Amino acid sequence: MLLDEPLIFERGATGRIGWAVAEPPGGGQDGPALPPDLRRDDDLAGLPEVSELEVVRHFVRLSQWNYSAATTLYPLGSCTMKYNPVVNEALARLPGFATLHPLVPDRLAQGALELIAGLEAALAALSGLDAVCLQPAAGAQGELLGMLLVRAHHVARGDPRRRVLIPSSAHGTNPASAALCGYQVAEVAVDARGLLPAAAVAAAMDESVAALMVTNPNTLGLFEEEIEAAAAAVHARGGLVYMDGANFNALMGVARPGDMGVDVMQFNLHKTFSTPHGGGGPGAGPVAVRAPLAPYLPVPRLVRSDAGLAWSDDAPQSVGRMRSFYGNFGVLVRAFAYIARLGAVGLADVTRLAVLNANYVRARLQGAYHLPYDTPSLHECVFSDRHLQDSGVSTLDVAKRLLDYGFYAPTIYFPLVVKGALMIEPTETETKETLDAFVNALLAIADEARTDPALLRNAPHRARLARLDETRAARRPILRWQPR
Amino acid sequence: MSGYTPHTEGDIAAMLAAIGASSIDDLFAQVPAGLRPRATIDLPPGLTEPELRARFEALAARNAGGTGPAVFLGAGAYPHWVPTAVDQVLLRSEFLTAYTPYQPEVSQGTLQATFEFQTFAALLLGLEVANASMYDGASAAAEAVLMARRMLPDRHTVWLSRALHPHYRAVIRTYVRGLGDVVVREVPFAADGRTDLGALEGDLGPDALAVVLGQPNVFGVLEDVAAVAARTGAAGALIITATAEPLALAMVRPPGACGADIAVAEGQSFGLPVSYGGPGVGLFAARERDVRSMPGRIVGETVDAHGRRGFVLTLATREQHIRRERATSNICTNQGLCALAVTAYLSLLGRQGLRALATTNYRAAHAVATRLEAAGVARRFDGPFFNEFVVQAPIARWEALVRDGVVAGFPLARWYPELDDALVVCVTEMHGAADIDRLVRGLAAPAARAASG
Repeated sequence: MLLDEPLIFERGATGRIGWAVAEPPGGGQDGPALPPDLRRDDDLAGLPEVSELEVVRHFVRLSQWNYSAATTLYPLGSCTMKYNPVVNEALARLPGFATLHPLVPDRLAQGALELIAGLEAALAALSGLDAVCLQPAAGAQGELLGMLLVRAHHVARGDPRRRVLIPSSAHGTNPASAALCGYQVAEVAVDARGLLPAAAVAAAMDESVAALMVTNPNTLGLFEEEIEAAAAAVHARGGLVYMDGANFNALMGVARPGDMGVDVMQFNLHKTFSTPHGGGGPGAGPVAVRAPLAPYLPVPRLVRSDAGLAWSDDAPQSVGRMRSFYGNFGVLVRAFAYIARLGAVGLADVTRLAVLNANYVRARLQGAYHLPYDTPSLHECVFSDRHLQDSGVSTLDVAKRLLDYGFYAPTIYFPLVVKGALMIEPTETETKETLDAFVNALLAIADEARTDPALLRNAPHRARLARLDETRAARRPILRWQPR
Repeated sequence: MSGYTPHTEGDIAAMLAAIGASSIDDLFAQVPAGLRPRATIDLPPGLTEPELRARFEALAARNAGGTGPAVFLGAGAYPHWVPTAVDQVLLRSEFLTAYTPYQPEVSQGTLQATFEFQTFAALLLGLEVANASMYDGASAAAEAVLMARRMLPDRHTVWLSRALHPHYRAVIRTYVRGLGDVVVREVPFAADGRTDLGALEGDLGPDALAVVLGQPNVFGVLEDVAAVAARTGAAGALIITATAEPLALAMVRPPGACGADIAVAEGQSFGLPVSYGGPGVGLFAARERDVRSMPGRIVGETVDAHGRRGFVLTLATREQHIRRERATSNICTNQGLCALAVTAYLSLLGRQGLRALATTNYRAAHAVATRLEAAGVARRFDGPFFNEFVVQAPIARWEALVRDGVVAGFPLARWYPELDDALVVCVTEMHGAADIDRLVRGLAAPAARAASG
């Protein structure tokens, strides 16, 4: 049973204290009072006054309204919702990591710096690239950094360039990141196989193009077979190749971006390397580059000398900083723990079994659901609602009905190149039994679409709430609680 | 095998049969053959859980966290007690292992908590609306400048207070570099450690886009935001404040009430450990009329098909997945769990606890400043401060103290060549009396030290 729960601001009573604060050590010497014009004069009106139990109960109840990877299969394509090993939570909370202040002298942080160096080296090895920066806080910030590096490279050569080629299948962050660097986006259409044709890249390529921004495997879950030829075409005209590494879970032990002709890429540690998504972050989006781009990486850079590891700001060509300090260190600890636990063989198994699981789901659903591209898939597969349209139901209805079967929905209506897309990424950590139950649910829903379409259109029926009025939310925005 | 993958040999055989493949290798047939042999992973073998734990404990033991030296550092990351209840909330798997709430019917926990986070951020910063979080305070400040650019597209010069944290200034410079048409200039600080209003007034021209200042600033000094806002507003530019220590806002007049157009903050102080600088979380607030220029995810209230209150991601037409290259920001994943920590922390401390904790910090820091002054260690700036202040002391004394297990603040010369022998010292509720005695004794001028025995 899911209990009701008001906003925390609607709980409590005036004067109730949830947290007693100790007096300052050697207190009494108050110092001068703040000047009146600097003093807050609203007495923090509106903040809750609740007990510790009320707080715990509030958040435990809210938590029970969420589906999560720990409670159910979470087949969001492109998001890699794999198991988040619980041991990593304990390791990130070791006091030597969690309470380490970022500005202690480097010699008092050698363990943290060794960990950072180890993770940089592991990502370099996996990507086949030369240098890694762990500073970006998420994949999109990694993309932004990657494109700033591309820009710095061209500017240093006296030829800034103004366009970026992006396949039509790309994630929305790709054009948004390129635009933040002042680039115009030129879209390159994918072909009938769902792939980026090297010939189309070569045709679009000229001396105004700074880079090709490509996701591999792409958002359809397909390996870009012509990536090497496309990269060569870009390089021939002085451009660079950026790879969005969101789908790196399909590549470990299979193919290294550096070997494909990629010059710069970002990883999503919260996808491939199992750090928990937290309802939308924190993530981490490290960037790996070929040696010629390394001088532009953000400061500070980690350097090793006889005295040990140290941060250095000595990088005159650096693009600067992406954020404060060194990155989402707590996320880096978890990702490095994952890599250390699995090792070379374990990581290769991750990719092999992720691809096996996705292909199994694809094979079992093919027929009941329309497969717009039948090119062999890697770690995810994309269906559409075309077979269901006669019943008057859509991808959205299928997604909502899946919630009734106890599964989170796939990514829907993305990639944009597939109308009514259902993008399924099961990940390697799911059992065959779970995949069978998920597939059986989707097959049952396909039947329901024919026999009882209203059942889908009114779904979900078993969630805490029925469908929400998103139009009303946007037309009359209520974005916070208001004190009475 | 790690145990993280569940496949038996029987499973693999059955799955391959269903696929119609003879081996897992066959599934990679479309990967060019030349790439595969080079991709053999060059990493050590995996570890068992006890081995992993031992290795990480050994790494952690080489750091100054835990029961190591007494550290009086703030300067952008602030040590405060994290109540056990807050971390327990973060460990709820339903929060920890959910994704961005794309299916609102089964994500109401994350959505309601985020709505509450937005309310807390708006209340504390004194503005009308806030978003669902940014990466950190520094990138939030950069996004605020980009938002100002959207609001005033004909203006190009952004003025950064030199007393704004240097990481914040650096990130703003990085973010505007790509736009190519934004000029960044700096406003000097005055003898009291505040942004020099006189210098600002003379320079703000018709091209002034925004003025960005810290509150408190990197010296711990509280700025006169209202005075800066009056001058900035008169020039038609926007005022943006960035707060690295948001606990100060429990007693200091909030930026919005002083005329700030956009106010951002780093939320780490509220329920997150310093964790070597991340993850933290950016708070971002603005006026309601400007909400469609805001970056990032925003949660709004609505009703379900039966009229029951519920929450959804809203105003998505600003965002990258709809607008692509015309989006207000490229941000996607942000800092959801860290925003939850802030929400749980502020709920628990509440009105009374937050006020008491701020007072405790204020008193503790002022008590230490007074003792240092008595010991011959003067403050470098005489502007008002909260829990952090700059003192003048020879760097050799700081180095000797580090050897003795006390990190007596951060030597500012690394960021400000003009500030030799200046330390920014932070004192919070975490610092015990014995450590404070060591700090004061160690920094004291030799004569004062001898006198105090």
